[in-house]
Amino acid sequence: MPLLLGQNPAAPATLNPAASASLNPAASATLAAATPAAAATRHPVEGSVHSWDLSTGVDGPGTRFVTFLSGCPLTCLYCQNPDTWRIRDGRRTAADDIVAEAAKYTGFIAAAGGGATLSGGEPLLQPVFAGELLHRFKHEVGLHTALDTSGFLGSRATDSLLRDVDLVLLDIKSWNRETYKKVTGRPLEPTLDFARRLARLGKDVWVRFVLVPGLTDDPANIEGVAAFAASLGNVSRVDVLPFHKLGASKWRELGRTFPLHDTPSPVPEQVASARRIFEAKGLRAV
Amino acid sequence: MDRKRRRDSDVSVTTTGTPAEQTEQAHRSGAWDGFKGGLWRDAIDVRDFVQQNYTPYEGDGSFLAGPTERTTQVWEKLLSMFPAERERGIHDVDGHTPSRIDAFAPGYVDPDLDLIVGLQTDAPLKRAIMPAGGWRMVETALGAYGYEPDPAVKDVYTHLRKTHNDGVFDAYTPEIRACRSAGIITGLPDAYGRGRIIGDYRRVALYGVDRLIEAKQAEKEQLNAQWPTEHVIRDREEIAEQIKALGELKAMARSYGYDISRPAATGREAVQWLYFAYLAAVKEQNGAAMSNGRIDTFLDVYLQRDIERGALTESRAQELIDDFVIKLRIVRFLRTPEYNELYSGDPTWVTWTMAGIGEDGRPLVSRTTFRALQTLYNLGPAPEPNLTVLWSQRLPKAFREFASKVAIDTSALQFESDELMRPKYGDDTAIACCVSAMAMGKQMQFFGARVNVAKALLYAINGGRDEMTGKTVVEGFEPVTGDYLEYEDVARRYDAMLDWLAKTYVHALNVIHYMHDKYAYERIEMALHDQEILRTMACGIAGLSVAADSLSAIKHARVNVVRDETGLIVDYETEGGYPAYGNNDDRADSLAQQIVHDFMEKVRKHPTYRDAVHTQSVLTITSNVVYGKKTGNTPDGRRAGAPFAPGANPMNGRDAHGYIASALSVAKLSYDDAEDGISLTNSVTPDALGRTREERIAHLSGVLDGFMASGGFHMNVNVLDKATLEDAMEHPEKHPQLTIRVSGYAVNFVRLTREQQLDVINRTFHNSL
Repeated sequence: MPLLLGQNPAAPATLNPAASASLNPAASATLAAATPAAAATRHPVEGSVHSWDLSTGVDGPGTRFVTFLSGCPLTCLYCQNPDTWRIRDGRRTAADDIVAEAAKYTGFIAAAGGGATLSGGEPLLQPVFAGELLHRFKHEVGLHTALDTSGFLGSRATDSLLRDVDLVLLDIKSWNRETYKKVTGRPLEPTLDFARRLARLGKDVWVRFVLVPGLTDDPANIEGVAAFAASLGNVSRVDVLPFHKLGASKWRELGRTFPLHDTPSPVPEQVASARRIFEAKGLRAV
Repeated sequence: MDRKRRRDSDVSVTTTGTPAEQTEQAHRSGAWDGFKGGLWRDAIDVRDFVQQNYTPYEGDGSFLAGPTERTTQVWEKLLSMFPAERERGIHDVDGHTPSRIDAFAPGYVDPDLDLIVGLQTDAPLKRAIMPAGGWRMVETALGAYGYEPDPAVKDVYTHLRKTHNDGVFDAYTPEIRACRSAGIITGLPDAYGRGRIIGDYRRVALYGVDRLIEAKQAEKEQLNAQWPTEHVIRDREEIAEQIKALGELKAMARSYGYDISRPAATGREAVQWLYFAYLAAVKEQNGAAMSNGRIDTFLDVYLQRDIERGALTESRAQELIDDFVIKLRIVRFLRTPEYNELYSGDPTWVTWTMAGIGEDGRPLVSRTTFRALQTLYNLGPAPEPNLTVLWSQRLPKAFREFASKVAIDTSALQFESDELMRPKYGDDTAIACCVSAMAMGKQMQFFGARVNVAKALLYAINGGRDEMTGKTVVEGFEPVTGDYLEYEDVARRYDAMLDWLAKTYVHALNVIHYMHDKYAYERIEMALHDQEILRTMACGIAGLSVAADSLSAIKHARVNVVRDETGLIVDYETEGGYPAYGNNDDRADSLAQQIVHDFMEKVRKHPTYRDAVHTQSVLTITSNVVYGKKTGNTPDGRRAGAPFAPGANPMNGRDAHGYIASALSVAKLSYDDAEDGISLTNSVTPDALGRTREERIAHLSGVLDGFMASGGFHMNVNVLDKATLEDAMEHPEKHPQLTIRVSGYAVNFVRLTREQQLDVINRTFHNSL
């Protein structure tokens, strides 16, 4: 990343040697000077991590190394990962360890197509850690990067962090403000602000919309999200995600009641009609 | 088309004389008109013929034709017979006629509709007895299905003629017998046909039988000139048998109205000739795997020539392949219910190998490769033939995506790394059974089933006493005496136990294959091989993930032992966690690599029958359930009797980072240590491959590229909903064709035992959350 080059030439490299062995020389030179958190802290960067996983086709394009960070300011009624809500429930993990883990998959991902995704939880709850990981995924491991976020903490993402993001998976959970509040416990506005900022930056965005019967499926509500997304100009795809209850057992394990226990999953026709609303605005919805 | 009229119009040319004269005759008959190249004309060299004449196809599947009315009619007739067959176990059996190549009168599915003719017996689904492997197997199987053995036949095979099974037990040691009954060495082909030999059935189509007989006679004359050592005499006798078998093959074809002494002259004849040759093999041998080789691109040369001549339409070409595949789907053998339990259903492993890249860089993909895959749509999914795609990132994108689409739609394909095999075996390699590579017509294997390396670890800990029975199976070892297991100590004991196991194992295999050659020689399959061939001694291991995880537990956690009143260690209590194989974590994966490497090295120390080259597979078929039953509690926490993971798969539920991390653990096992193949089975739900159909196809193709690029050898892919499988358990009649892949081959899900069905469902269903 040219902009970071030489920004802080004196910053120590925090790489572990094993990981740096796989670098190409150019990226390595860049990195030594530019690890943002290293520049600020001089200490190995750590964060609270729930888990990592390899997934295909569900966390951005292709097969991806997905890191789930712990902690989320939202408490979505349909959350499939309630075990990632509290930052203190995660495991303190060094960025070095995550990067080394991701580096094991460079050959696979280069052949298969894909990249790395930061998800959660809400990755922007740990912006320094998230920035460090994204930077190193992109420049050290050489992967396409995606940030999976609700946008609620979008203001915490520095421009520098966003430069290390190739694709933002942005959840817009509802257009109707009351519904948004009801679903997430938080206001919608910060997400919209973040979306507009991404548009100004020309950042590639996939909007994600979870279709929950009786909650988010009002056509007017969907229309609102669709019109907004279409107005941005940088939304290349909309994922209409049918609500499912595969995460219900996690709620039980946490001793909580799954609030949408009695809500049915949408039938294919409901999903198709939601997609048509997005498509009517000129968006590609899948 | 009317069969009679067709036969009358066939030009019959009898070829006799020297190869040069025969080449001339083949020319005159028109069989080779338009074919290029020379080497293959002068010597038996099908690879050269294919390379000189095939047309690589880089396009997509849009040219393909659906089933004709005739195809559907024939297939439906058989479909209506399958439920009763499944219910009873078999449809029918002729218990009076020991099978031979020419033993039965012609049989048809429908004499007016069959395009490609020939059945194993005189009626579809009627099984034959093949007692040369062993009489007891025949008698038990007949009894299980309510048939009385024919006393005259029984007299022959119990008094007058010795069988393979008799021979083996004459030469087994008491130690081998003990291992066999304890289940530490299992599945040995000592009571049934060893299989895993692929005749180069293409030779019959390309050259006609007479030319092949001529070539064999020339080889025999060379042997006649040599001093008759035991080896030379054996070789002469074998060639004499091969020549007789070729004669019987001609006679069998003649009974159907065909003269296959001459080369095939049309696409239809090429399919028919090739099928007759394969049919001869499955009439003669009840082999554990009766694979048919690498045939689509060979057949394509003939079909393409007919199409270019305007003599064949796409629909007709597809119809020929469909009818051929119908015949391959109804190959049947008489086996005991226990055998079927071990192998899950009634597998024949008619493995059909396709694709890959030629040594000159051209893909070995033709239109007929697509046509073979298309049969899964035209006839619906089925476990047989076992369609096997040799995968390379260099294959045309359109083919990779078509194959991925077929895998997603049918779960009936397996994929194996062409890039790993080609450097070892060349570009005319076919797969026998599940993952065993061999150069067509130039190589065969002595199938060695497998040893249970998880149970061997328990033997190491218990000093040779069986943890289930308490009996001492292995003499000369001392048990662990402490209260907990020390890694260095256990590793040393395990090493010594594996030394003993390797030695006993190769000992048993030498006996088996000596006797198989002697009493149940594969005459027609070997007639379709060169005289000088590479033989491999295909050893195998089961229980790899259990053994690796157990060692990891001992190394990284604290494992206390629990003894019964006789001092036998029967259980383990593990304190603390341990890294498990299947997470792309070297701490555990290196232990699995080490077991595979060490056991290979140990096997190599022991000389083999006929100087066969030692190889090894990490493959359990579905017998992972049966092996698990015979193995007590293990230090990894697995309970006694619980199934092993299949093949080289990590254990259920211990892979915490998704199927790709799990696959990359498996990819670390070196193919050099397991040249007979390393099997991985993945089950994913459609959602775990992507959100749209197009994405899923592209992603699966990418996953296969990524896996093979990472050194992976083999991947079975099931794309299935758990709900579908659960429904099939409750309502088998609704899912007669539901096919799933297990460790190297496909099975009809509804034919599995309930226990096996549950195992498949409980096996990690990789569902992205």
